[in-house]
Amino acid sequence: MQPKKRRLADVAWAGASDVADDGLFDPVTPTYVALDVEIPSDVRQIEPVVSLITEHCRLLHLTRRQCSLNIPVALSEALSNAIIRGNHEDPRKHVRLRATVSDQALVFDVVDEGRGFDMATVSHDPTTPEYIEREDGRGVFLMHQLMDRVEQFRGPHHVVRLTLNR
Amino acid sequence: MSFTLKKNGDVVVFDVEGQLIVGNRQELKQKVLDELEKGERKFLIDFAQTGYIDSSGLGVLVSLSKKIREHGGELRLADLNDDLQTLFELTKLDTLFQISETRERALEGF
Repeated sequence: MQPKKRRLADVAWAGASDVADDGLFDPVTPTYVALDVEIPSDVRQIEPVVSLITEHCRLLHLTRRQCSLNIPVALSEALSNAIIRGNHEDPRKHVRLRATVSDQALVFDVVDEGRGFDMATVSHDPTTPEYIEREDGRGVFLMHQLMDRVEQFRGPHHVVRLTLNR
Repeated sequence: MSFTLKKNGDVVVFDVEGQLIVGNRQELKQKVLDELEKGERKFLIDFAQTGYIDSSGLGVLVSLSKKIREHGGELRLADLNDDLQTLFELTKLDTLFQISETRERALEGF
């Protein structure tokens, strides 16, 4: 199933407004919304939507590394967490991705229908000898390494916001 | 995305075409484990045609390396582009694997 594209006229995004109304953060003033899609809670949907984003990023004259490493990997981690941990892969639930482009930054909001998990509790360093041979536990670490800012908001929706400065 | 298997002497070589991510990592894992089960012990994964790898993909490589070592074998990696090399350095997984610049170098002395 292909990601459902939203019309740009729909950018008055209820989720973002709700979170902003909670006063949890100062929303970035968007220059434009590059993509606003909903995907089913199926990990196979991650690659096509990440591909859409990276294609667009190449038009923005970002560095090659930002387009081929920082954005795809960090975004995959956020989407994967939303699908697996947020929505527990429930096919009735969806994950929403909104990518906003401004002169200063690219902002990705990944919204799931669950409670998510508290990323602040993930404090281990997966590069240490006691963790390095573990199969899991690198996702949050990679998001922090590859993005300039990683935030998490809990309002009516659970939102993970990734910011990459231009 | 796909995983192509080739034999080079007694080394099983996998090419990863596309991404190695949460949506397909189990497929690679199963293919490698099937070969391990058949008695193969030397494995090389070539990333020359790979786009990006997420944490699940990295995790599968760690898990496979461990499993193969437990069976007295070895897993080597080759042909990481600059971005993938950076990913392995960020996670310090470059210290866990033998990584070669090319497939040929990886096969030398295997």
